[in-house]
Amino acid sequence: MEIFQANNIVKDYAGYMALSSVSISVKEASIFGLLGPNGAGKTTLIRIINQITAPDTGELFFEGRPMKSEDVSQIGYLPEERGLYKKMKVGEQALYLAQLKGMSKNDALKNLKIWFEKFEIQAWWGKKVEELSKGMAQKVQFITTVIHQPRLLIFDEPFSGFDPINTNLIKNEILDLKKNGTTIIFSTHDMPSVEEICDHIALINQSKKILDGQIDEVREKFKSNTFEIEFRGETPDIQKDYGNYLKILELDEKTQLKQMKVQLLNGHSNNEFLKILMNQFEIVSFKELIPSMNDVFIHVVEENNRAIKL
Amino acid sequence: MNKSILILKREYLTRVKKKSFIIMTLLVPLFMAALTILPTYLAMMDDKEERTIAVYDPTGLILNRLESNEFTKFHYIPEQEFKDLSKKFDSKKYYAMLHVPENILTINRAEMISDKQVTFDIKNLVSSRIENIIEGEKRKQVVDATGVPDLEKKLAATKTNITLDTIKLGEKGEAVKSSTEIAMAIGYAAGFLIYMFVFIYGTMVMRGVMEEKSSRIVEVIISSVKPFQLLFGKIVGIGLVGLTQIAIWLILGSAITTGVTAFISHGSAETVVQAQNIMATPGMDQLAATSPVQKNATLEILQLIGNLNIPLIIFSLFFYFIGGFILYASLMGAIGSAVDSDEDAQQMMMPVMMPLIFSIIILFAVAKNPEGSLAFWASMVPLTSPVIMMVRIPFGVPVWQIILSMILLLGSILGCIWIAGKIYRTGILMYGKKVNLKEIVKWLFYKN
Repeated sequence: MEIFQANNIVKDYAGYMALSSVSISVKEASIFGLLGPNGAGKTTLIRIINQITAPDTGELFFEGRPMKSEDVSQIGYLPEERGLYKKMKVGEQALYLAQLKGMSKNDALKNLKIWFEKFEIQAWWGKKVEELSKGMAQKVQFITTVIHQPRLLIFDEPFSGFDPINTNLIKNEILDLKKNGTTIIFSTHDMPSVEEICDHIALINQSKKILDGQIDEVREKFKSNTFEIEFRGETPDIQKDYGNYLKILELDEKTQLKQMKVQLLNGHSNNEFLKILMNQFEIVSFKELIPSMNDVFIHVVEENNRAIKL
Repeated sequence: MNKSILILKREYLTRVKKKSFIIMTLLVPLFMAALTILPTYLAMMDDKEERTIAVYDPTGLILNRLESNEFTKFHYIPEQEFKDLSKKFDSKKYYAMLHVPENILTINRAEMISDKQVTFDIKNLVSSRIENIIEGEKRKQVVDATGVPDLEKKLAATKTNITLDTIKLGEKGEAVKSSTEIAMAIGYAAGFLIYMFVFIYGTMVMRGVMEEKSSRIVEVIISSVKPFQLLFGKIVGIGLVGLTQIAIWLILGSAITTGVTAFISHGSAETVVQAQNIMATPGMDQLAATSPVQKNATLEILQLIGNLNIPLIIFSLFFYFIGGFILYASLMGAIGSAVDSDEDAQQMMMPVMMPLIFSIIILFAVAKNPEGSLAFWASMVPLTSPVIMMVRIPFGVPVWQIILSMILLLGSILGCIWIAGKIYRTGILMYGKKVNLKEIVKWLFYKN
């Protein structure tokens, strides 16, 4: 079931087109990666979801019905550029932000206590924010984002400013939240983490959505039938014999275990290809190369930019 | 609405709990009190020293007519002692020595001789007393020469002091005694109070908005509440901080004033009487008449204040106070949202604060001529009317002018809030862009 849907969103800032007819739909209890180069319109879309700005045209649906302004209390948002009141005490501030999201003071206190214990930061409660380090403040911000148990969470670069240990901590918390039924929209430039935690992605470039789909499907879609083969024995001249079948991209014969990258030409199945190879040498490994999200991102965006220029 | 109250509460409490606020709020009245008490107190203190002044008077005019008082004694000395003292001054016995020359009636001069600089107070006291004696002596000589009976009494009776009562005709033609001075004083005080309040707390709104923008917390907050609610909560919260401060000042101020008045009237009763004793000339005995006159004056001032339209003054004080604050605070909030740095803020603030500063510049001109065209127009234009209309109201302003001015102010408050809301909404999310007026005007036309 879709928890959030945006249909044909258009946002025009007095001549500057930020979003042109972008549609996304986010499944409940999944992690949705919102990707795109800087200035593509991601932040604008996130702000529209948060009702910070309204779209010029287009429709927003929350839990299957048109979105209402009260729905913001069901959303938690961690912006990329984030901060806290420097002169305010940590606990007081967390309480205030939770109450702004519509929590009662008692509920907020109860939940905050649980989270502060979980992150082992109870000692910070009475400290002023300006006394905290950047990473410490980020932890507090993460808590204030999830404290009101929203149904939809939006994280914009949630790992920036964290050391690897804390990155892992936050990553696990995000995965836990998903397990408990929370839907997460995740915006980042860190492609390995996208591969790691996202179920679905949408890629926005120059105000348009240019790619959308399940993450494995997307990667599958952009595979170029390239295989990495490790083998032993003489290197046969398969390029000459099977030129209409395949194309050797790379050949590495320096070690005893030889390696080659081969692209299978159109219309031929993997097994057929394997049969040909079996007759040539002893196969140690045979692996189809699926492009990383990083490759997909660069490939798709560059292609799109070229197409726009033309 | 609930969320606006949360915001308002935070804005209010964080500021009221600040050390600087508490210190300012408590210290200013104490400082003001100290400014009034100290000089009086010190004046009372240093008069307590006992001094003896030797008087050598070969003319016999002054002889025995300089009366000693509690702290200043006059001791008449013969010629020999005068000569001795002139050679070697005995500062243990005498503070100073007064030499009255033979021809004092013609040269109008006398000498004070001492081994130190004679204090200002002593010099004044002695010279004014000699003056009175010599004046009386000269008058006596003239009177004796003319031979007209009772001339001295008749002359004394010619001394006149004209009081000009100003009467203001009310709407029904009833005559009301008014006082230009009191109207001016109240007008100044009210106008200046509004100016200070608007300036200080308007700037505070701007700083608050800038703080939220530069700390980047604003994006989190406006994902929970509407930008307008945030601006609204901030303006009202800070406005209440200002009202709290002024309320505390008024309470402390009146408590301290009461204390000071009691202190001065009690402590200085003697001093006042003394001063009057010193000033009193022989033959013109005002002393007896002084106290009732003073009492009458106080009563008259109270009565004159009572004759002013107090409810109107208080109502319009609050109206222009709050109206002026909201008008400027919303503009300052908009500026705070549009800028990234302090320098930009200063630059953008100037044109907005100009009308407010202008109204302080023309304050005195308006008080001098509260019916003039400058006063009229400045009390209609909403950016200057909060200060200027308050200066005019104690003098009496036609009702239609007050109503028109208030309507214009209300209208522009609505307009300013609308404009400020639009600028604010866009500005708080705009970073790293040098903003100019053209850009801001563009923001007004952004859709939501």
